[in-house]
Amino acid sequence: MRTNRRAAALAALTVFMLAGCGGPGPAGANSGTSGGIHNPSDARGGTLRYANSGDWDSLDPADTYYAYSWNFARLYGRSLVMFKPAPGALGATLVPDLAESLGHPSEDAKTWTYTLRPGVKFEDGTPVTSRDVKYAVERSLDKATFPNGPTYFNDVLDLQGYTSPYADPDSDKLGLKAIETPDDRTIVFHLRKAFSGFDYLAQTPATMPVPRAKDTGSKYRAHVFSTGPYLFQTNELGKRFTMVRNPQWDPATDPHRRPLPDRITVDLNVNADDIDDRLLSGDLDVSVEGSGIGPSAQGRVLGYQGRRANTDSASVARLWFTALNADVAPLDNIHCRKAVLYAADRAGYQRAYGGPTGGEIATNMLPPVIPGAQRFDLYPSPKHMGDIAMAKTELAQCGAPNGFTTGISYRAERPKEKATAEALQQSLARAGIKLEIKPYPLADYLRLYAGKPDFAKANNLGLIVYGWGADWPDGYGFLSQLVDSRVIRSTGGNTNLGVRDPAADQMLDQALVTTDPVARQQIWVSIDRRVMEDAFALPGVWAKGLLYRPPNLTNVFISDGFQMYDYLALGTERR
Amino acid sequence: MGVYILRRMIAAVLLLLIVTAATFVVFFLVPRLAGATPDDLASRYVGRTASPQVIHQIAINLGFTDPMWVQYGRFVKGLVLGAEYSTGPTTVHCPAPCLGYSFLTQNPVLPDLLDRLPVTMSLAAGGALIWLLAGVLTGVVSALRRGSVFDRAAMGVALAGVSLPIFFTGLLALSVFSYWLGITAPGGSYTPINDNPLRWAYDLLLPWITLAFLYAAAYARLTRAGMLDTMGEDFIRTARAKGLPEHTVVLKHGLRAALTPILTIFGLDLGLLLGGAILTESTYSLPGIGKYSVDAVVNNDLPKVLGVVLVGSIFIIVANLVVDLLYAVVDPRVRH
Repeated sequence: MRTNRRAAALAALTVFMLAGCGGPGPAGANSGTSGGIHNPSDARGGTLRYANSGDWDSLDPADTYYAYSWNFARLYGRSLVMFKPAPGALGATLVPDLAESLGHPSEDAKTWTYTLRPGVKFEDGTPVTSRDVKYAVERSLDKATFPNGPTYFNDVLDLQGYTSPYADPDSDKLGLKAIETPDDRTIVFHLRKAFSGFDYLAQTPATMPVPRAKDTGSKYRAHVFSTGPYLFQTNELGKRFTMVRNPQWDPATDPHRRPLPDRITVDLNVNADDIDDRLLSGDLDVSVEGSGIGPSAQGRVLGYQGRRANTDSASVARLWFTALNADVAPLDNIHCRKAVLYAADRAGYQRAYGGPTGGEIATNMLPPVIPGAQRFDLYPSPKHMGDIAMAKTELAQCGAPNGFTTGISYRAERPKEKATAEALQQSLARAGIKLEIKPYPLADYLRLYAGKPDFAKANNLGLIVYGWGADWPDGYGFLSQLVDSRVIRSTGGNTNLGVRDPAADQMLDQALVTTDPVARQQIWVSIDRRVMEDAFALPGVWAKGLLYRPPNLTNVFISDGFQMYDYLALGTERR
Repeated sequence: MGVYILRRMIAAVLLLLIVTAATFVVFFLVPRLAGATPDDLASRYVGRTASPQVIHQIAINLGFTDPMWVQYGRFVKGLVLGAEYSTGPTTVHCPAPCLGYSFLTQNPVLPDLLDRLPVTMSLAAGGALIWLLAGVLTGVVSALRRGSVFDRAAMGVALAGVSLPIFFTGLLALSVFSYWLGITAPGGSYTPINDNPLRWAYDLLLPWITLAFLYAAAYARLTRAGMLDTMGEDFIRTARAKGLPEHTVVLKHGLRAALTPILTIFGLDLGLLLGGAILTESTYSLPGIGKYSVDAVVNNDLPKVLGVVLVGSIFIIVANLVVDLLYAVVDPRVRH
C-alpha cells in the first residue's frame, strides 16, 4: 500500500515486474472480486507457513503501515473495528471487532463513541478495558518512537498539544483529553474537525489494546501482547517468528474469526525468487506481502494448466498514473492538458506494466475495487490507442496547433515507469507533443524533485509519472492525498502533483461531514469526474497482482479490504 | 615480530577511522550536495503521511541537524564509551563498543551482527575448504597433465564456474537438488553448528558447493598457471637430478613455491567473504552479514551500513595480517 522506501525496493522485485510477460492475459486466473472461496474447510490443525522477502516495518500495532501487516495483525490483535474476513466486496465492509458495534458519531461527526465487548482478555488473562485502547492510541501518536505508522490520529484528534504518553505528567499516562474513557467499556474520541470515515481509522492496528505495564516502547515489537487468536511463541527479529493459539482468546467474544491452523511460522528476509519456488514445490504456503509472484516464476505458473488453475488475479486499490502539472506552460491551459489525454496511447501504458496480468486500462482515477467507484471515460478512443484528431483540435484551442515540448519525469529505479515515459513519448509525438525524458532517484523523487513544486516548474516537468495506492479501499483513503490542493507544500514531499481545483477541495470537505456511506461514495465519484474534466491526470493502469495458492491451502479467498488473501481465514490440509 | 604486529594494529585502527568517516561522508554529504536538508534525510525513516513537524522531530532524534563531524564524533564515542538510547518509556544503555541502533527497526546493530556472524563464518569456512582443496588439486593435476582430456575438461568447467553468477547457479541448484530431487535442504535453511553439526553441514552443503564452484574455478586456473611456471624452473630440474621421488618434487618443491600468490588471494577472498557473502546469502536466504548489508544499503540504514563496513574492514585487515605472517612460513626468503 504505501509506496515509499522499503516498499519501493520490494516493489522493484515484485509488484512492478509482476507481469513480466506480455501477450495473453491470465485467462485461467480467477478474478479477485468474483467472491468465491477456494477449498472451503472448517478443519483445524496443522502449521501454516508464511515467508516475507523483506521484513515488517514493525510488528508493533502502533508502528506499522503495510496492507499485509494490517491484514496479518488481526491474528494477534483486535482493533475496535475491522474489515470483515469475507471474499470479494464483502471483505471491504467494516464490522465491529473489539467494539460491539461500529462507531456512533455525533451529529457533526466530530465525536465518535464505541462500546467494548465484555470478556475480551490479553494473553495473560487480564481483561481488556477501554483504557488499554486509549493507551494504545496515545502511544501511536509518538512518532519519535514509532515513526513508521500512519499519522491519522495525530491529524484528526483534538490533541491540544499532547505528544506522547512517555512525556505525560498524568500518573496513569492517560492524560490525552481527546479520548475519554467514562467506564471500562466505553471510549469516546473527540476530533479536531469532522471526519465521517472515522471507522476506517478505528480499523487500523493503532486501536489494538496495549497494556501499559507491558509497554517497552520501541522494544515492544519483540513481544506484542496478544488479544487475538494467536500469540507470539518465539520472535527472532529480522529472521523468523512463530505463533501458537492464544488460550485466553474466547471465540464467544469474536463472531468473525475462525482460526484454523494450530501454529503459524513466518520466515523473514527470504529471497523473493526462492519464495516462489518454495510455493510451487509445496515447501511454503503463503507469500505474506501479497504482492504476487515474480516475473521469473510467472512463466512457470501460467504455462502449466494445473498451476494456472491455482492462481488468482487480485485487483488492487492502486492506480499507475501520470500527473499533468499545470504549473508548467503550456499545460496551464486546460486544452493543452486535454490534448495530452486524447493523444496518449493507454494500451501502450498497460503494456509498460506487463499487459493484462499487470492490471487493466484505467480511464478514470478511482480503482474499481473501491466501494462505490464508477468507471467512465471522458477521453475515449478506439482500442484505447489515442484519438489524434481530437488531440489536434484541443491543441488548436490551446493556441499550439503544432504541438509543444515539455518534460516527463519518472523514478529511475523503476523499469515500468521508464517504459511508460517512453511509450508516452511515442504516442504523444503523433500529435506533435514532444517529451523530454527525465529520470530522478526514487528515494527523493517527491522530497527533492517531482514532488517539489519549484523544482518541477524550473525543470519543466509537465508530466510526472507516479502511482498511488489507497491505505484502505475507500474514496478518502485514495483521493485525499492526491487531489486536495491544500496539502501541496512548497517544501516538497507532495503526492498531489498538481491537482488544484477549489471545487474538488470543497467536495472533499463535504464528504468528511457526510456520515451516510452511500452519499459519501457519490461524492468520491463526483471528485473523480471533476479531476478528469479538469484533465489534471492521465490515468494509466489499475494494478493487479497474480497470487498463487498451493493446493494444501484451505479457505482461500481474496478480500477487497486488503486486496490479497485474507490471513484470518486461511487453513492448511498439511498435517 | 611483536613490534611488527603492534605497528600493523595501529595502522588498522587508523584505516578503520578513515573507512567509517568515508561512509559518513558518502551518506550525508552526497545528498546534501543535491540539496537535501536534514528533514529530507529523515523523511526516509517515517511513514508516508508524516507531517513536517514529525519529520523534523525525527531529524532531531536521529541527530541529522548536527554538523557532520559532531555526528561522526558521536559514533566514535559510542564505539569507545557506549551510548544511551531512548525506547520511549525508558532509556537503555548500549555498552561499548556501541554501533548504535538501526534507524528503521530500532534494533541494536552489534547484537544483530554478532548473531549473524556464525552464519557467514560457517558459509565462508566450509566454502573455502572445499574450493581450496578442489581448486588446488585440480590445478596441480591439470598442470602435470597439461593438454590431457582431464586438463581440458577441468579448465572448461573452471571457465564456466568463473563466468556463471551465483544467483544463477544457486537458484538452479536449489531448483534441481532441493525442489526436484529433494536431496538437499530448501532455501533459507540454517541450523547452528552447536545445535546439530550434521544438520548444520546438510543445510549448508548446497551453499558451500555453489560458493566453492565459483572460487574453485579461479583457484584451479591460478594454481595451474603457477605450477606450470614453477615446474619449468631450474630448481625443479635440480631436484629431479638429485633423484628425489616425483611426489616430493611436485609437492615440496613445486607446489610450495606456487602457493605464495594463491595464499595472498585466499587471504583477501576469505576476508571479503567474512564481511558478507552477499550473493550466496541472498540467493539461499541465509541470515548472514551479506544479507544484512544488502538490507542496510537498500534502506539507507546508516548505523547498519557502518556496522557492516566496520566488521568487513576488520576481517580484511586481519586476513591480510595473517597472510603476511604466513608468508614467512611458506616462503623462507621473506623471513628476514
